[in-house]
Amino acid sequence: MKPVAFEYERPRTIDAALDLLGAESNSKILAGGQTLGPMLNLRLVQPGLLIDITRIPELVSVSDEGDALKIGACVTHAAIEDARVEDHSNGYLRRVASGIAYRAVRTRGTLGGSLSHADPAADWLSALLVLKAELEITGLDGSRRVVLKNFVRGAMETDLSPRELLIAVHVPRSEKTARHGYYKICRKTGEFADAIGAVSFDPGSGAFCMVAAGGSEQPVTFESPENLFSQGDPLDPDSFDMPMAMDALREAGIEADNYELQIRAVAMSRAMQDAMSP
Amino acid sequence: MKKDGIGARLIRKEDDRYMRGRGQFVGDIKPAGMQDAAFVRSPVAHASIRAIKFPDALKGHVFSLADLKGVQPITAVSGLPGFKRSSQPVLADKKVRHVGEMIAMCIAPSRAEAEDMVAQVEVEFDELPAVYDMLKARDAETALVHEEWGDNIFLETLVDDDMKAVEKTAAVKVTREFNTSRQCMCPIEGRGVVAEWDSRLEQLTVHSSTQMPHIVRSGLAECLDLDHGAIRVIAPDVGGGFGFKGILLPEEVCLSWAAMHLGHPVRWLEDRRENLTASANCREHHYVVTAYADNEGKLLGLDAEATVDSGAYSAYPFSACLEAAQVASILPGVYDFPHYRCHTFSASTNKPPILPYRGVARTGVCFAMELMIDAVARELGMEPTDVRMKNLVQPEQMPFDNITNKHFDSGDYPEALRRAIEAIDLKAIRKRQKKTEHDGRKVGVGFAVYCEQAAHGTSIYAGWGIPMVPGHEQANMRLTPDGGLEIRIGAHSHGQGHETTMSQVAHEILGIAHDKIKLVHGDTAYTPYSTGTWGSRCMVMSGGAVAEACDQLAERAKAIAAKMLQCKPKEVSLKDGRAIGPNGELTIEEIAYIWYRKPQDLPADVNPSGLEVIAGYKPDRDSGTFSYAAHAALTAVDTLTGEVEILDYVVVEDGGVLVNPMIVDGQLYGGAAQGIGTALYEEMPFDTEAQPLASTLSDYLLPGPTEVPSMRLFHMETPSPYTRFGVKGIAEGGAIAPPAAITNAINDALAPLGVELTISPVTPRRIVEAIASADTKKVAAA
Ligand SMILES: Cc1cc2nc3c(=O)[nH]c(=O)nc-3n(C[C@H](O)[C@H](O)[C@H](O)COP(=O)(O)OP(=O)(O)OC[C@H]3O[C@@H](n4cnc5c(N)ncnc54)[C@H](O)[C@@H]3O)c2cc1C
Repeated sequence: MKPVAFEYERPRTIDAALDLLGAESNSKILAGGQTLGPMLNLRLVQPGLLIDITRIPELVSVSDEGDALKIGACVTHAAIEDARVEDHSNGYLRRVASGIAYRAVRTRGTLGGSLSHADPAADWLSALLVLKAELEITGLDGSRRVVLKNFVRGAMETDLSPRELLIAVHVPRSEKTARHGYYKICRKTGEFADAIGAVSFDPGSGAFCMVAAGGSEQPVTFESPENLFSQGDPLDPDSFDMPMAMDALREAGIEADNYELQIRAVAMSRAMQDAMSP
Repeated sequence: MKKDGIGARLIRKEDDRYMRGRGQFVGDIKPAGMQDAAFVRSPVAHASIRAIKFPDALKGHVFSLADLKGVQPITAVSGLPGFKRSSQPVLADKKVRHVGEMIAMCIAPSRAEAEDMVAQVEVEFDELPAVYDMLKARDAETALVHEEWGDNIFLETLVDDDMKAVEKTAAVKVTREFNTSRQCMCPIEGRGVVAEWDSRLEQLTVHSSTQMPHIVRSGLAECLDLDHGAIRVIAPDVGGGFGFKGILLPEEVCLSWAAMHLGHPVRWLEDRRENLTASANCREHHYVVTAYADNEGKLLGLDAEATVDSGAYSAYPFSACLEAAQVASILPGVYDFPHYRCHTFSASTNKPPILPYRGVARTGVCFAMELMIDAVARELGMEPTDVRMKNLVQPEQMPFDNITNKHFDSGDYPEALRRAIEAIDLKAIRKRQKKTEHDGRKVGVGFAVYCEQAAHGTSIYAGWGIPMVPGHEQANMRLTPDGGLEIRIGAHSHGQGHETTMSQVAHEILGIAHDKIKLVHGDTAYTPYSTGTWGSRCMVMSGGAVAEACDQLAERAKAIAAKMLQCKPKEVSLKDGRAIGPNGELTIEEIAYIWYRKPQDLPADVNPSGLEVIAGYKPDRDSGTFSYAAHAALTAVDTLTGEVEILDYVVVEDGGVLVNPMIVDGQLYGGAAQGIGTALYEEMPFDTEAQPLASTLSDYLLPGPTEVPSMRLFHMETPSPYTRFGVKGIAEGGAIAPPAAITNAINDALAPLGVELTISPVTPRRIVEAIASADTKKVAAA
């Protein structure tokens, strides 16, 4: 479990990082290393060059853009957990962050690293899907923005090209009336989820978005409560209907057995309870 | 009792260096010129090897069996009749029999470079069908792990009793099938070896993270055809063993060969992937058990068939049959009933060779027996603890020879259970169960009682006929010229705290202060021969030997003191490091000084052996001590997700006289944590090609701090009548009962749903699926 020999660079600017990306085709971006480290050791990746982007000031900065918060890609889970990042989501981001892995991993692991890796069992992916986050990407061929939903192409597959960097995540500011809920089922503390339910619901406007994730398939997004609640009304979380939800997941093309579907439905139901609890 | 002697909760001496990160493990040993080894390991479970190819540039760095001329395979036969012998080549010999088996050894200046070499070695296989399941291994038309055997059975045993009468008359007959999954022992420090050749001494020095340096030395002598005198094995600090390091490793043999032939020291440090994929080697049992009882819950007979997945080879020294043969002899557990039949199979499969893991067969046996008791209780509508009470061996029967001739030395089993019932508060739990929990979970309580044979010696092991039979355990002891005490024992600590407990024994007898007592262990050059640390034997055996040596040393010291004190030796008494006579006293330091530095003051008839003794010890009866415990678990089960929370956990334990109760507590916590792993988390699944499916610790789940509850421990102290101070072996016990107690608790919680789980670990998926299938059955019945 030792990596192949590689070069290591730690650029101080985005441009320098992009130059390195252009110069060495077999290169890999290194953020917190909490996913890449094990992959290197298992030789699942064998890069010639690692480009460590954690010392690029823009990538660790956070700025208020009015209707959204821009969080640099290299902001760590711990920074969010500790409220070193302004909370504009009624406490939701903090709670999600604190449930990722355990502290040692959160201290190093980054928001951008997590989204770039796009593990369907990872927390940020589901949590931010319901908030309609947008990603800011820059590359040798220019910059662009993409909504998270379109960024994820599949399990551990994204729209990011090897010649691009994820720069920041724009998280829309939540309405004061909005309620967010998150529930993760995993075997023990620090484990990736076996099932995730995430929900955002604004009783004021009726805006609703729910995500179910787990296993090795892409998270499923429900933009309407219709097929999930017996009365179709999320105001009463007890009316969340698990058999209906399991059917809805099946209809969405999830190929999972009964146990896997059941725990996803439970996670969705409990996320709803979480959202509506005082 | 001395304040710091037997029974003192002394802080462990070794912890000072451990807590400061100053321990010295194999990975800390770096002789000059050392290179690292990495092994080409088989990616397939069963195949013939057609060719091993690598680039010419790697010649002299990559070695296969053909290069290791004269090296003998590892064989561990058992003398039990019918045992089939396996021969385990240290590198594959034309065939591989499990994933992870070593095929070639690559040696380079660093491990990373050695792994680069591994990547360049190409092995061509002709794959064979894999024997992936121990029950299928017993089928007539199965693939064969060892063709020459004609079947896949290392050993079949039968304890036969006529069950016919019981079958006819028993009011109740309950049959169940149980499985305990294959596990991988995961000490924090993996295995590791540094080997070097000393050309001055013409001696091979092997530093290995082992529990049994002397046995490794004997094994190496056999495989390498070297004299014992040409081999020195050193076990430095060992970061956990649990049985995983109670073995002669093929890696130890390969590295020894390399050190002897390559002209520089070599090192191999197991990584976690090797640990998980090449060495998942314990706990896999299958049982079909039928219990017969009368209407009051009194057991009348037990009829069992047990299969143990022994893997591909017979590991040295415990062999492939220790586990299953133990099953047969200990399945009756703590209970007294008149009829017993047990048929066992040690099946060979294409999996890593089985090793005894903390508790050895007892964890599986306790699971089967204690789940059986609960099943009988449910059948009769009785409280499970009442059924236990009806069948436990009673204190007035002690010492008790049970149905398999196990000699229980002492104890009060019913009292341990009574205390556990009270501590967990069974009555309150039964009340609580009548109401619905606010969170909708179901709570249940479960019990498990076991006893644990420990420190069993010659009379027991001679019968197994395996490469290792423990005899007298020895201690070598010397007073140094400044009155310090050096104790040398051949057993080794892999976390047990011997440096402290042996010191407590010596302090108890000689009164020498702890900071002047030093334990030397883990080095064959310095210590007397010993089979090492296994079977919870060290406190009884090495502790007994240390006490024996102290007694002899005390006599010698008294004789020297008597002359100076102008009295008879028997008028001298030793107290707090002083020799006190009728007219005065001397310190131990003064006595030592006289022997070494002022011999002119010695009595004329002084024992010329001086202040250095070697003493041997065996208990009065060597059939073993029997510590025992009652565990009780209160669990809450989320019936929708299958998640289990342990709300309360109680251990009432009797390990005889405790030398250091704090160390015993630590052993119980650690053991129980591993037991919780067995109960709820740990499982190495294999697919139908015998591929291990968990290759990192994110797939192979170990309980962590948040999964292990604060346990409540209660001690009873019934001395063993046979051992020095009345001590008993105890350190494995914690790992034995949790799977049974926790599963019983889960089954108690789910009984209203008609659910009963009989497989460990009890995973969320297994729970959810069992509930679903019980629902389906109810629907079908309605
Ligand atoms: C023991 C353990 C438990 C864990 N448990 C959880 C959990 O419960 N939930 C959870 O969500 N996660 C979990 N993780 C993963 C953790 O959250 C990681 O931090 C995260 O997945 C990756 O972030 P990183 O900064 O470490 O990225 P790295 O490991 O450095 O990189 C990951 C991948 O993304 C690429 N990359 C990184 N940053 C960028 C960027 N800005 N632009 C383009 N590409 C980039 C890298 O090249 C690499 O391919 C766990 C990790 C460990 C080790």
